[in-house]
Amino acid sequence: MFELLADYLVFDLAGLDSSSKLGESVQFFVMDIAKIFFMLILIIYLIGLFRSFISPEKVRTYVQGKSKFSARISAIFLGAFTPFCSCSSVPIFIGFVEAGIPLGVTFSFLIASPMINEIAVVMLLGIVGWKITVLYVVSGLLVAFFGGIIMEKFKPEKWVEEYVWKIKIGETQNIKKDNCFEVRNRYAIGQTKEIVRRIWKWIILGIGLGAYFHGYFPQEWAQSLGDANNFLAVPMAVLIGIPLYSSTVGVIPLAEAMLIKGVAIGTTLAFMMSIAAISVPELLILRKVIKWQALLLFTAIVTVSIILIGIVFNVIL
Amino acid sequence: MIEVKVLGMDCANCKAIQMLIKQVCSENAIPINLEKIEDTVEIMSYGIMSTPGVVVDGKIAHAGGIPDKTTVLSWFKSSCCPTDNNCC
Repeated sequence: MFELLADYLVFDLAGLDSSSKLGESVQFFVMDIAKIFFMLILIIYLIGLFRSFISPEKVRTYVQGKSKFSARISAIFLGAFTPFCSCSSVPIFIGFVEAGIPLGVTFSFLIASPMINEIAVVMLLGIVGWKITVLYVVSGLLVAFFGGIIMEKFKPEKWVEEYVWKIKIGETQNIKKDNCFEVRNRYAIGQTKEIVRRIWKWIILGIGLGAYFHGYFPQEWAQSLGDANNFLAVPMAVLIGIPLYSSTVGVIPLAEAMLIKGVAIGTTLAFMMSIAAISVPELLILRKVIKWQALLLFTAIVTVSIILIGIVFNVIL
Repeated sequence: MIEVKVLGMDCANCKAIQMLIKQVCSENAIPINLEKIEDTVEIMSYGIMSTPGVVVDGKIAHAGGIPDKTTVLSWFKSSCCPTDNNCC
């Protein structure tokens, strides 16, 4: 449907040559924009409805007092569904610590939350198809699960800033809300508008880059990156991805272009995960509650897990 | 004068919600005293974890994300339109 629309607009209306590089890029650009904005609005709205039922406060109450295994599983799944802007990571961290939730579980939550989100899922579904979307989500869950466990082995409690242990937070308040559909609907529409307003530029930029590479990506680059036996490709992609911070949105179209040009799936996934999972602004904010040793360790563990997952995918796929 | 506190560190959403409250209140001629709480310990004492949070007259009205105008107005319902059920 979107391809037909793009073909019509670009080749018939604008009269571009369908075999030229320019035509190919523009057609790709128009098709992706139509497809992604359509899915984005639909899915963010649905998730917004679902989200009006959960909040970090509820997650905390829910995870508190569970056995470590089920606490971690619920923290990861709730992390994947709960939005929080990076400025909330400090209150969430303190809230979890205060509730006696093990630090390893908190780290699992902090890994899962930025990496798996509806925007990334929509972009992946729309651009690279459901198989890679499932792979991405599953690997995100795995990194969050094992990352938290490994973090725990280092006893990170010793790195938590002194004052955090002393904070006594008030009784978690339940905000009085009307539970009718109208209120939830309004909340979901508000969220959709806000998210789209915040990310539309990045999507267009990302799709634009993807479209550009679609027509012009140098074949030699792709070949050197694309060799699955080249074990260096994955660490290289991850090391490039770590300092980049773009909340997955802008990267996915680029990932599509990489895949089309033959870069291995594991390398591409690792690249995307490394961009989403570690963000320097979030680390700087977390520094308020935990010493830099822990943050370095956290970064190292996540980096290594992503590299391993990338390599495993390259080998088995 | 209604006491309104915005709980949150220095982030884009916190600034946006402050602007929104100011705007809604001036449009509806609701007198408020807006204060920004940036201290983590104090924020946590309200028992919320998702910022920005909003406290109206000592009660938590909102936590996490940016609400729409109707929701903001509903926090002040008792002073803007206590009898009008269609207002908010």
